[in-house]
Amino acid sequence: MQPTDTRNPDYFHRVVDCQWGCPAHTDIPEYIRLIAQGRYADAYMLNRKSNVFPAILGRVCDRPCEPVCRRGRVEEKPVAICRLKRVAADLRGDIDHRLPTAPKEKNGKRVALIGAGCASLTVANDLAPLGYELVIYESLDKPGGLMRTNIPAFRLPVEVLDEEMDQILRMDVDLRLGQGIESMRDLLDNGGYDAVFVGTGAPKGKELNLPGRHDTQSVHIGIEWLESVAFGHLDSIGERVLIIGVGNTAMDCCRTSLRLGASDVKVMARKPRGFFKASDWELEDAEEEKVEIVVNHSPKEFVVEDGKLKGMVFDLMEYDIVDGRIMESRITGQEFFPCDDVILAIGQETAFPWVERDIGIDFDRWDVPIVDRVTYESTREGVFFGGDAAFGPENIIWAVEHGHQAAISIHKYCHGEPITERMPPGMNLLAAKMGIHEWSYSNDYEAAPRRAMQHMSLEKRFRKLDIEVELGFTPEQAAREAQRCLNCDIQTVFEAPLCIECDACVDICPVHCLTIAPNGEEDDLRERLTVPAQNLEQPLYVSAELPQTGRVMVKDEDLCVHCGLCAERCPTAAWDMQKSELLTPYVHHEAAGQPPRGSLGKPGGSQRNPASHRDRRDARLARREERA
Amino acid sequence: MSYIARPKVSHPALARNELGLTMRDYEGGMSTLCAGCGHDSITGALIQAVFELSIPPHRMGKLSGIGCSSKTPAYFAASSHGFNSVHGRMPSVSTGAAAVNGRLQYIGISGDGDSLSIGIGQFVHAMRRNLNMLYLIEDNGVYGLTKGQFSASADTGSTAKRGEVNEQQAIDPCLLAIASGCGFVARGFSGDRAQLAPLLKAGLSHRGFAMIDVISPCVTFNDHEGSTKSYRFTRENAYPIGHTDFIPPEVEIKAELGVGEAQRVQLHGGGSILLRKLDHEYDASDRSAALAYLSRRQGNGEVATGLLFVEEGGADMHELARLGETPLADLPYDRLCPGSGALADLQDRLR
Repeated sequence: MQPTDTRNPDYFHRVVDCQWGCPAHTDIPEYIRLIAQGRYADAYMLNRKSNVFPAILGRVCDRPCEPVCRRGRVEEKPVAICRLKRVAADLRGDIDHRLPTAPKEKNGKRVALIGAGCASLTVANDLAPLGYELVIYESLDKPGGLMRTNIPAFRLPVEVLDEEMDQILRMDVDLRLGQGIESMRDLLDNGGYDAVFVGTGAPKGKELNLPGRHDTQSVHIGIEWLESVAFGHLDSIGERVLIIGVGNTAMDCCRTSLRLGASDVKVMARKPRGFFKASDWELEDAEEEKVEIVVNHSPKEFVVEDGKLKGMVFDLMEYDIVDGRIMESRITGQEFFPCDDVILAIGQETAFPWVERDIGIDFDRWDVPIVDRVTYESTREGVFFGGDAAFGPENIIWAVEHGHQAAISIHKYCHGEPITERMPPGMNLLAAKMGIHEWSYSNDYEAAPRRAMQHMSLEKRFRKLDIEVELGFTPEQAAREAQRCLNCDIQTVFEAPLCIECDACVDICPVHCLTIAPNGEEDDLRERLTVPAQNLEQPLYVSAELPQTGRVMVKDEDLCVHCGLCAERCPTAAWDMQKSELLTPYVHHEAAGQPPRGSLGKPGGSQRNPASHRDRRDARLARREERA
Repeated sequence: MSYIARPKVSHPALARNELGLTMRDYEGGMSTLCAGCGHDSITGALIQAVFELSIPPHRMGKLSGIGCSSKTPAYFAASSHGFNSVHGRMPSVSTGAAAVNGRLQYIGISGDGDSLSIGIGQFVHAMRRNLNMLYLIEDNGVYGLTKGQFSASADTGSTAKRGEVNEQQAIDPCLLAIASGCGFVARGFSGDRAQLAPLLKAGLSHRGFAMIDVISPCVTFNDHEGSTKSYRFTRENAYPIGHTDFIPPEVEIKAELGVGEAQRVQLHGGGSILLRKLDHEYDASDRSAALAYLSRRQGNGEVATGLLFVEEGGADMHELARLGETPLADLPYDRLCPGSGALADLQDRLR
């Protein structure tokens, strides 16, 4: 294998699994360390830089970071990253003076943002400090989009939502509530905007057109029903409720039903467990509330008598499953379930009846707009899409990242710069060594299992619709959980010319991830490691040829716990621990023409930290020459 | 040394031996030796060897004298028996231990100071008695614990860290062992585990005294340009006389590898050694030829490594002294202490 090119910022970024998995590339290990130090406000601000809504996302993020967390491979459960984020938000204190502000002097550019959801708000967050005049059009009476309408208040309190939206809206953003856009053509022709951003989400719930569907008023579409509940238009439901679908919306529907008076709530799943779309933790929370999940039942018809819903008939399904994939399915019978209401939660899609099809904004054959994956520009110049509106339903954190990228495009477009020429991300490496056995992070392994989240008791939580179920971590719980983080951003950095092949690092590594071996092709090398590297998702870090024997040092990144013992036991500092810092360019960097700088003010671009091993090595070589 | 202990977390796919143990179950305390010390690498090789031989940790006895090397028993097999004895007197303590319990696997770990200076008499007599044990000399040519004076194995003409030249002759423990009648003599290098681990396994399976001299660079005081026991010098001047493969008893050797070159030696302790010679003229079973050969290589400034001499079938101390097989700890009390009457009888017989 060729020596690993660590100058490519992606290499060390990828080692930080959580940050790599997060669409917005939030610097998770760093904010967790700040939490461990009790620096909640700093942790919040670091979070806000990339994900804009730490308090909201600390509750309802889909957490793409957690399933990929290295801790989940080393032992059973990942670090409770999402809940730690919430701790920073809960305990941050007053941070108003640290928030971005809009300049009095505007830059003369006007941008229309359609839909007041997370995508548009992120664009506003990034552009307002640069002096843009921003107008948000929202068809509903309150801003927030799906964060308000689809996420029940017992998961996301309204005050939390309002507070974080206000941080953005107060930057002179012109929010026009109850003013949905009826015609895109009209807006483009007569609005007088320099650019338009569409962040209207995926507001249309999928239909289930089975016999009897429209013969009753008791069949509801999940997201519309949740919206009615959120706005107080609905405050009751029948005793017996069937939810069709097992996604996260279904989980919100079933739990909301319980709070509106239902006593027998069943979630009807077509497939067995393991094929559910809902996140595991949302399933757990629903089951804790005694929601029954009925598997292998495929909806067949609604049974309605005299306009009154009596129940539903389901086909009983049987599946042949090989290696976790359904090979074949068959119907083995039918079953009737009596019920008073049915909520359909089988997906949602985008809807653009207000975008004319002859104005240069092209749609594909599924009626989804054609949007560039890098610039977020549609086929019409100056019109950008982001969030669920761009590529269909994803989740909040993706919408935030779309917003950041669209803001860069909008800025460049408004200033006549090519939107495809964007600053690349940089990577900064900082020495983590503070003394002979001292590091700038806590390198000992915390063996504690994942802290459990305290929940409001089952008796109390149903009394009102908006009693938050999760109580958040206490500072003590947060401190312990923070120690479970493996500090994957403190990288093991190897300098082959310094190695004397003493095996000290290989022997000390608690997870046997190091090997000194003759080089070979990747497949062969993976087999010959101290413990064969079976996880092909994780790269091998291969050194240049070692000076004494010509072998190579190979590190399997898979299970490294970043304890730093390899560097501590290395007599020549060939191994060193260095903190990698991903430098993500935002629109203000583009605007200033200055790439992001590291926390010590160092520029990015994969610079090696100057002060550590190089100097020591030079000093050693000089001494050696002197003696000779 | 490190402030944190080696985390208990381990690789889920770590191999297990016949006892269901992993390498990590054969670990000991955190090393307090200098980072990069050859001794730690030997510890790693020892862990690998005892793990692969599936030796139950409680059936091992680790013994040592004084010196950096003699700290090694603390760094592996934490659940084995151990005795850190007086400087140079480990062979006597081992003799006592072996006499009362011949069923443990004894591993003595010594250094060039402990074995070739203060303890050279004990070392030679342990070979003469043919104690059943693996005896390692972690050989760095320097007194590391007292800041780098030449030891008895420092080669003539090699220099200390500050440049002083050693003018005295070196004692080569391998030549000494072969000449003293030792039945298993090998030399390894801490930086070549692929060679060292099989040698350790063979030595552990040899019935009688198995002496392995392991060149083990002292990173702090003897890893410089003028050293003949540095990582670089040893890598450049090591002369492997052959590959030694240890073959466990249950594995049948299908074909003798490299006909005419491979030599198979059946070990009394179980298993066998397959020697694949790199140098045709070398015969590891000929004591006088081995002596001549090693002296010649030494004259060329080369460090011959590998299994240098092996002779199976010699009676070990237990047989020579006609000691009972049962460890004293397992004897019933009335046999262990037959009473004052028996003592009086014995004394009468000797009057």
